[in-house]
Amino acid sequence: MLCQECGKEEATVYISKIINGQKSELHLCKRCAREREELDFTFQPQFSLHNLFGTLLNESMRGSREALRAAKLQCPDCGLTFAQFSQIGRLGCSNCYGAFQEKLIPLLRRIHGSTRHGGKVPRRSQSSVRLKRELERLKEEMQQRVRSEEFEEAARLRDQIRKLEQELHGGGV
Amino acid sequence: MAQSKFTLSRWMEGNGPELGTVISSRVRVARNIEGLPFPYLASAEQNRTVLEKVIAAAGQEAFRDFTWKTMEELQPLEKQVLVEKHLISPFLAREADHGAVLLRRDEAISVMVNEEDHLRIQAIMPGLQLEEAWMEADRYDDLLEAGINYAFDEHCGYLTACPTNFGTGLRASVMLHLPALIMTKQINRILSALSQVGLTARGLYGEGTDIIGNLVQVSNQITLGQSEEEILRNLGSITRQIIEHEQNARQALLNENRAQIADRAWRALGLLKYAQMMNSQEAMQLISDVRLGFDLGLIKGVNHKILNELLVIIRPATLQYLAGKELSGVERDLERPKQIRKRLNQFKESA
Repeated sequence: MLCQECGKEEATVYISKIINGQKSELHLCKRCAREREELDFTFQPQFSLHNLFGTLLNESMRGSREALRAAKLQCPDCGLTFAQFSQIGRLGCSNCYGAFQEKLIPLLRRIHGSTRHGGKVPRRSQSSVRLKRELERLKEEMQQRVRSEEFEEAARLRDQIRKLEQELHGGGV
Repeated sequence: MAQSKFTLSRWMEGNGPELGTVISSRVRVARNIEGLPFPYLASAEQNRTVLEKVIAAAGQEAFRDFTWKTMEELQPLEKQVLVEKHLISPFLAREADHGAVLLRRDEAISVMVNEEDHLRIQAIMPGLQLEEAWMEADRYDDLLEAGINYAFDEHCGYLTACPTNFGTGLRASVMLHLPALIMTKQINRILSALSQVGLTARGLYGEGTDIIGNLVQVSNQITLGQSEEEILRNLGSITRQIIEHEQNARQALLNENRAQIADRAWRALGLLKYAQMMNSQEAMQLISDVRLGFDLGLIKGVNHKILNELLVIIRPATLQYLAGKELSGVERDLERPKQIRKRLNQFKESA
């Protein structure tokens, strides 16, 4: 069969499209197909991220009793239910995060590959967040020292951690 | 409606690094006010409260170069002009309740209120200046925070309406002019590799828009886990690689098809100067051809500033704004070459 576009080359690409239930077929040669960019899906209309959430969330919970329970979760502050969130893909207020936390965390991991903020901190929460981050870092380092049997260094870190913990809990920050 | 004055935004001014391939760099952060529902769910009363709080927080000396424009007081065309200049989002122009923008005089900084989030602080700079744009956005973010209690969680960072913005709330993007990569069809390979490094590519006017005028917008997708600096470094280094590919492709074109590229650029300039009817897509393509010719040193009589300005004045709303009246599609196609010609002639006289 010859290419339906140029009528010269042998058609080697068969394209079948179904758009809104309308099926169309095309037999093209390689060159014409490339020119029409029929094989390029990069800039097909993107479906919205918000619809994707619904799918992501429902996939992981399909048919389970848990799904029903989760759908009933509701933010005590703005009244948004989890079922509504998975449809519109937007939270209602800053307290929704707390209300839907158990369901949101896996979602955040799927979107960002992480569930832990590593960036800027508002000034007002800076001191306590900075202390907590420093603590985490020190604890990790202490574990490493223990593993490599550098006990003296580990003990020094332990004391430092104790001091910081006191500061964090006792200092009222 | 009287014929209106069109101001240049900072990003159009045609001075900055890597202007041959990078039109502009943009950074925006999403912030919300603790204790108030996000705009789409809030009552009109609550949205008004948000706006009042931000107006109060921006009442400092540091904001003396800024002016407030509420969506209510702006004419539909004026709002669209702001969209076409990339200063506000289409969403703010069309749908926001009690929406407003706080705009710095040089139009490099805009603070959108009651968009998807309570606050969207944006900085847009000419050329490749991601760090500079971030420094500006960061600075105004700090200034506003002095008067606003931001919604923040120590694990998930800044809390936003959409979980895709959680964490830093940072979206950084570069607007790239990539005619050689598109002409040589290398672009798709590059764009599909972007998603693997947490970046995404879009057309000129954001999500779901096509590539026109060989302009591609590349931005970060991930906002949680990485620091702002990491996000910017990642986008910056990938951008530099794309620039290098584009430069190589241009060099190859120049070596093999110098005469054709020059001819194409001069023809494009000819059409921009003498055509009587032109739709925006054709105009975008011609501007791109001229820009490529100019960047390769094959053509004179233009500069980056005028090419950037043309990119905006040919858009439907700006065109009507300049004409001082509403125009049908055909009328716009007639008006477009007139406005283009006017700019090109003004440029010739001033040169």
